[in-house]
Amino acid sequence: MIKIIDNKCDFCGTCVTVCPVDCIEVREASISIDHPICIDCDLCVEICPILVLETVDEV
Amino acid sequence: MKSSYDVVVVGGGPAGSMAAWEAAKGGASVCMLEKDRDIGYPVRCGEAASDLGLRQFVEPKDSWIAKKISGAVIVSPNESKVHVKFANETGYILNRRIFDYDLSRYAANAGAEVYTKAYVKELLKSEETVTGVVVDHLGEEKKISAKIIIGADGLTSRIGRWAGIKTQIRMKDMESCVQYSVSNIDVDPDNMIMYVGENFAPGGYLWVFPKGDKFANIGIGISGKHSKYKSAKAYLDEFMAREFPNAAILTTMCGGVPCAKPIKHPIKNGIMLVGDAAHQVNPMTGGGIVSGMKGGWLAGQVAADAIAKGDYSEKTLIAYPEKLRKDFGKNHERFYKIKEATAALTMDELNSIAENVLKIPFEKRTLASVFKAAVFKKPSLIIDVLKVLSGV
Ligand SMILES: Cc1cc2nc3c(=O)[nH]c(=O)nc-3n(C[C@H](O)[C@H](O)[C@H](O)COP(=O)(O)OP(=O)(O)OC[C@H]3O[C@@H](n4cnc5c(N)ncnc54)[C@H](O)[C@@H]3O)c2cc1C
Ligand code: SF4
Ligand code: SF4
Repeated sequence: MIKIIDNKCDFCGTCVTVCPVDCIEVREASISIDHPICIDCDLCVEICPILVLETVDEV
Repeated sequence: MKSSYDVVVVGGGPAGSMAAWEAAKGGASVCMLEKDRDIGYPVRCGEAASDLGLRQFVEPKDSWIAKKISGAVIVSPNESKVHVKFANETGYILNRRIFDYDLSRYAANAGAEVYTKAYVKELLKSEETVTGVVVDHLGEEKKISAKIIIGADGLTSRIGRWAGIKTQIRMKDMESCVQYSVSNIDVDPDNMIMYVGENFAPGGYLWVFPKGDKFANIGIGISGKHSKYKSAKAYLDEFMAREFPNAAILTTMCGGVPCAKPIKHPIKNGIMLVGDAAHQVNPMTGGGIVSGMKGGWLAGQVAADAIAKGDYSEKTLIAYPEKLRKDFGKNHERFYKIKEATAALTMDELNSIAENVLKIPFEKRTLASVFKAAVFKKPSLIIDVLKVLSGV
């Protein structure tokens, strides 16, 4: 599962461009991931310039 | 905000403002929606643009220009510095905060309505045609119908995806970027500096663009192919610690640049994409201000014509990508080929290219000579280099 580290995101939307299933929403000052749609491909984790996203085990 | 317009533009960057401006000038009723509180802020950009580029649309204003630039210094992996003077060109480092704002004012003065804090969260469709948007404006949800939607929503462009246009960018073509606005540094005030090579910025480059006295935009873009091993921020921080340990970092921001070929068919019935949303960025340099403006400018004109004709189908809107290809589209495809060839160069090859170019006397050195040396492995690309750089 993709975890968003609190208070780190700059809301630039770069992760949105590479997501194959369009499950990331970035607004002026918020980011959310639609987990049921996410396919855990990790591309968003790899592209984020400031390491906001992490892969964690499903809880 | 009304419930219906001829044209709704989503996104208030340079591409969106140009589209709104041209469509309004052409007689259409236009509404431009921007999700953020301000037009032009936050600035996610190195802010470099050429005088000739901007002049295609507007007379550059002094208040837009932070610094005039007369040349470029390209730094190779072993730190050889190749200085090239711009031939017929003046470069600018802009104040995009003011520049973007003014472009939106031009659109507004031509009759376009502009709304900020207006996030478009859904497209309205009827069968195969886009017919409007759902917007959250200051916390209130509204439906707006439109004959034509122009998606100028930047690199994220979910508008395009929702309309069924393939906008997803391949990792190798996506540049992962961080930039600092930095003060208290000694920096060459007349030249833009670009560091190339895997040690500085794999699959991209690191830039120092002077903005004023002891003040510069210092940023980096690395290819998504490499960003999983080490982040853009890690590369930039190492550079800053080495080169500018006493710098005051006044702004930190990150972003992305789509360095792909432009989308060939950025339209569907009732919708066009412009700017970053349509990958209208020079894939070699990552510059997207002027080409995005051109995309918006052309799309705005085509939209106004389509409204006058009363036909908003793909059949009419196709005039937009056709004009685009004749303008910079073909050149961007050439730049893409050159980028692919130069991305494959090793650090040793880049060093020896720098050595060779340095043998050319300074007065005779041009950007074309640098590019020609850079595509030595694929001599067939020299024709492309000459075509894209003719005149530079
Ligand atoms: C780090 C970095 C450095 C760069 N340096 C340069 C440079 O030196 N020179 C150059 O020419 N180019 C540069 N670029 C590229 C340049 O910034 C872009 O190509 C240019 O801004 C594209 O303009 P645009 O209008 O298409 O998109 P943008 O300027 O990104 O504008 C899109 C707008 O749409 C809004 N939006 C998005 N989604 C929605 C929605 N759903 N509803 C409402 N509004 C929405 C956004 O808030 C944004 O304001 C750089 C880019 C980056 C990231
Ligand atoms: S790429 Fe990183 S900083 Fe940018 S919106 Fe995504 S998570 Fe946030
Ligand atoms: S892991 Fe893949 S599918 Fe999930 S949000 Fe990230 S990019 Fe999208």
